[in-house]
Amino acid sequence: MTAQAEPKAQPTGTFRTLRRGLALSPELRAGLAGTVALALVSMVGRAAVPVAIQQGIDKGLSVAGGPDMAVILRIVAITVGILAITTTCGYFMMRRLFTVSETALANLRVRAFRHIHDLSMLHQQSERRGTLVSRVTSDIDTITQFLQWGGVILLVNGGQLVVTTIVMSVYSWKLTLVVLAAFLPAVVVIRAFQKRLGGAYAESRRRIGVMLGAVSESVVGASVIRAYGISERSGAKLSETIDDYQRAQRRAMRLSVTSFSTGEIAAALALSAVVVVGTLLGVDGQISLGELTAYLFLVTLFIQPVQIATEVLNELQNATAGWSRVLDVLQLQPDVADPAHNGVDLPEGPLDVRFDQVSFAYPAGEPGKTGPRVLHEVHLDIPAKTRVAVVGETGSGKTTFAKLLTRLMDPTDGAVHLSGTPLTSVRFGSLRSRVVMVPQDGFLFDASIADNVRFARPDLTDEQLTAAFAELGLLDWVQGLTNGLDTQVGERGEALSVGERQLVALVRAYVADPDLLVLDEATSAVDPATEVRLQRTLDAVTRGRTTVAIAHRLSTAQAADEVIVVDRGVVVQRGPHDELVTHPDSIYAKLYASWLEQTR
Amino acid sequence: MTTDEPAEAAKPQVTGRDVLARGARVMWRGIRDEPRRFTIAVVGSCLFGSLVIGQAFVVGEIIEDVVEPALAPGGSVTARALVLSAVALIAMGLGRVLGIFGRRLGAGFMQFALQARYRHEVTGRYLRLPLSWHQRHATGTLLSNANSDVEAAWMPVAPLPFAVGTVFMLIVAVTALFLVDWAMALVGLVVFPVLFVMNVVFSRRMAPRTARAQHLRAEVSAIAHESFDGALVVKTMGREDLETRRFEARAQELRDALVSVGRLRGLFDPLMESLPFLGTLAALVVGAWRLQAGAIDLGQLIQVTFLFTVLAFPVRAIGWVLGDLPRAVAGWDRVERVLQATGEMPYGTGGATGTGPAQLSFQQVHFGYDTGQPVLHNVSFTIPAGRTVALVGPTGSGKSTIATLATRLLDPQHGTVALDGVDVRELSAAALASTVALVPQIAFVFDDTVRGNVALDRPGTDDDRVWQSLTTAQADTFVTRLPEGLDTALGERGTSLSGGQRQRVTLARALAGQPRLLILDDATSAVDPRVEARILASLRGASHAASILVVAYRRATIALADEVIYVEQGRVVAHGTHDELLSTVTGYADLVTAYEKAEAERERDTGYDSDDAASVREEEVAA
Repeated sequence: MTAQAEPKAQPTGTFRTLRRGLALSPELRAGLAGTVALALVSMVGRAAVPVAIQQGIDKGLSVAGGPDMAVILRIVAITVGILAITTTCGYFMMRRLFTVSETALANLRVRAFRHIHDLSMLHQQSERRGTLVSRVTSDIDTITQFLQWGGVILLVNGGQLVVTTIVMSVYSWKLTLVVLAAFLPAVVVIRAFQKRLGGAYAESRRRIGVMLGAVSESVVGASVIRAYGISERSGAKLSETIDDYQRAQRRAMRLSVTSFSTGEIAAALALSAVVVVGTLLGVDGQISLGELTAYLFLVTLFIQPVQIATEVLNELQNATAGWSRVLDVLQLQPDVADPAHNGVDLPEGPLDVRFDQVSFAYPAGEPGKTGPRVLHEVHLDIPAKTRVAVVGETGSGKTTFAKLLTRLMDPTDGAVHLSGTPLTSVRFGSLRSRVVMVPQDGFLFDASIADNVRFARPDLTDEQLTAAFAELGLLDWVQGLTNGLDTQVGERGEALSVGERQLVALVRAYVADPDLLVLDEATSAVDPATEVRLQRTLDAVTRGRTTVAIAHRLSTAQAADEVIVVDRGVVVQRGPHDELVTHPDSIYAKLYASWLEQTR
Repeated sequence: MTTDEPAEAAKPQVTGRDVLARGARVMWRGIRDEPRRFTIAVVGSCLFGSLVIGQAFVVGEIIEDVVEPALAPGGSVTARALVLSAVALIAMGLGRVLGIFGRRLGAGFMQFALQARYRHEVTGRYLRLPLSWHQRHATGTLLSNANSDVEAAWMPVAPLPFAVGTVFMLIVAVTALFLVDWAMALVGLVVFPVLFVMNVVFSRRMAPRTARAQHLRAEVSAIAHESFDGALVVKTMGREDLETRRFEARAQELRDALVSVGRLRGLFDPLMESLPFLGTLAALVVGAWRLQAGAIDLGQLIQVTFLFTVLAFPVRAIGWVLGDLPRAVAGWDRVERVLQATGEMPYGTGGATGTGPAQLSFQQVHFGYDTGQPVLHNVSFTIPAGRTVALVGPTGSGKSTIATLATRLLDPQHGTVALDGVDVRELSAAALASTVALVPQIAFVFDDTVRGNVALDRPGTDDDRVWQSLTTAQADTFVTRLPEGLDTALGERGTSLSGGQRQRVTLARALAGQPRLLILDDATSAVDPRVEARILASLRGASHAASILVVAYRRATIALADEVIYVEQGRVVAHGTHDELLSTVTGYADLVTAYEKAEAERERDTGYDSDDAASVREEEVAA
């Protein structure tokens, strides 16, 4: 699994990223010709002033009879006019640039967000929590920040480099060759440094990820840290990650300054070379005083972009690295893919389930490799409209069973069919509306209880909402809360107790009205009386649908039409509870005996 | 979807006028924290600036003394003059490199050091602030306080020395201009202040826009955080479209805000660039006039125009600082809110309250997470030393809250929680941690090895103790099977373990500290009945050393207890032995016999069914 790999400290080629990025965001090309045209015009302004000075010196100042003010004023007026035009063009160029790039990046952000949701559960869970979030937040933010500050500076100065080179060549191609030659060693050195520099920046991004992980652990685990009085231990760990990050930042900075100071040396070389060679050329009559002066101005304009690059290179590196990480996520193929248009819809009516020689093994460290099998050639049928309980010890494979049934994962071997349709060919739109799973951890959004239930059915009226709670016998409970259905559940639902969260999650699944309901320990934290009540009402409402309940409370198994007993990845027993308990020494009989021992 | 953070951010806190003054105060704080690095950076920057100006004059001198005579009709040049010119320019270049090293490394290291320093402080606060404070703040907000807010606060530090050096450079430049000619100096006196004023106007107009963008960034991030946190629910319900729309709405708002920031930049940037050019042209006109008047010579004119050209870029550094200030102020405000957060729950100084099992008592405890919504009302009970007490009650009745108060993660609004008769508020952190251990309902596993998670580097928790605790928690078998045993890293939040395994590791963690009071908050909910039975059995064997408060539903767990406290809606309804409560308290009886009753009912139902079937058969036979 490639997603598992943390962003390794590998250099990201700026141009390679740029090419990939442009391919994935064609919007960036919109109106590009116009923007480039405007940019070119705006850059002419930069060359206008040195030219004006040359003209002024040669035609207005160095003329016989002293300075000619009329000529000077005319030259200056024309230049001011040119500057007015180029400044206006600059404004429109930047307007267009920002609009296009921000639009493209907003789309990229949304696409990456959607793509992350489309990745398989295993992919999602193999990433550190903060990592996925940063793909659609800080990574893209670094690109927009770069574009707004550094990017424009780089672009305009890149243009300045080009325009001044052209104008310089017009004045003297020989001097221009001298200047370029002076910069050549710097270019070679800077390029050689680029790779190490890229690695250093990547390392610092990795360090920040580790640091954020540690911060997040100390925030999420605040109660445990406090309860065990280990804040010093956690603090020491945190400090280490903060200091590691600082060290990585310093290293990148040292490399960056070293590499670009060569640019400054090149600038000095170029300037002195122009003075020496230019004077010699002038003595030879190949260049006038005004031209040489203008040329010195132009060299300064040529040097500036190099100085500026030292200021914004940091941002460029970060932006490219961020962009490339976003692109990496976008290019990750979901390993449990929606067949979408090529898919089929599930047949109408209640669904039956068939596991056809299904085996499963979780992927191991390296791509393509798998760990030991957790399910072995499971072969079974669940008729439509039955209620099945899957029981077994922790690690027996029962949750894996539920995940394969809902296509959160695909089997390593074999196939799962619903009403004769292979699960892998079912459109997600159809699958997710007909098959709903309630996971053990009843995740709630930071909103009201009503909003959370409406997550499954946004069109639900208040009456229908109340009715749903009433049907499940939970109306008294919800009305007993201070704000009833409008009670805010807090982040991840943490303002409610764990059991209460499960109740809301259950109502949420109930209103989704699926044809196959999969409950993965969905009532594990609910008190027995409420659980039994829920069981009864679920019984009533599940008559028209197929229900598969993963449970370790055997009350669920007792109430089911059939019990499937899983042990070490193999189905070892199946049948109604009453029948299974009659087999002494069977796994189920033992489970039931300890259940009785605990609940009686 | 509400968190308290957007509400705070919505306040128009960084607008216009005071932002520069407040930003300056933030920068001043940074300078006071890192005076050495700042000085190095400023010295480097001034060196750089002086050499830039110096170069303008040297170039002017070279043109006047070397180039002009050489290019004059019939002129010539000596190799010595040329070499001298070249050496001067290269030497100045090397000096600039030195200046750049000082400036950039000084500024960069200062920025990194400040970031690290305030990250240490902010996260240190997080570790000291009580649970009640944590519960009021979203995880995402706290993360961004420690990360992007700290970063934003010290963003302007990077160009700050450059800007300070530029101011110095401008002063030197204007002085130099006065030495050349007063009229030329006036051009500088007009152009430079105008540049400065434009920068100020720009950053003031920019402030509200960047604040809005920053605020929307936080919201976009909050949505992403929550949505990915609940990815499984989104996936199992097929709500990816809905979530994408929710995200997209905010992402587009952010885009609009960023475009508006960009448009303002688009207006100012070209203007800011053109202004020094206009200065150069003005210098040309004024210079021509002064040349005509004979006040200056051509070389001086070229020096001055050259000066304007080389100054054009460094002046922008001032704009960078000013442009970053609004964000810095917003970031600093958030950082400061954490640093100044009150409501700390100071520990007392009291040492261990005794040896052997501890006694826990609640006296008339009232508690609510929000003041308007009481969760516990007048709760009083005592767990005598060495006893095991089961806390039973329906879902949402306040059991976990009682467990939390008993560990002093929270303090009651009224009443007292006491260990061995000593108010827990009087105990030191160490005394409290060594006395009480809580195993929470949701297991929290650190990104550490099994050993690290269980031992937590507490004194006395050697490998023997760790294995012993793992054995009692029935976790020894699966830990033995892990690839590296105790040294196996469990990953962020222990994602490599199943729910039941995580619970057992956290149970072992509690046991490893050999607490005198053990609080189990439904801590085996994800463990299978058989494993749980074994855990309870081994706890019973080991429990002689500790009093136990166990939140439970299961009869076996309750059977382990000497007494039962039954709570309903935050009130202690009954306290006694299981048998007493079973016969006298209806709510309790309903709760603990729910499974039996359900089974009995089911048997009755099936009984009727088979009777019906039998009678049907009989009828068929009769027919």
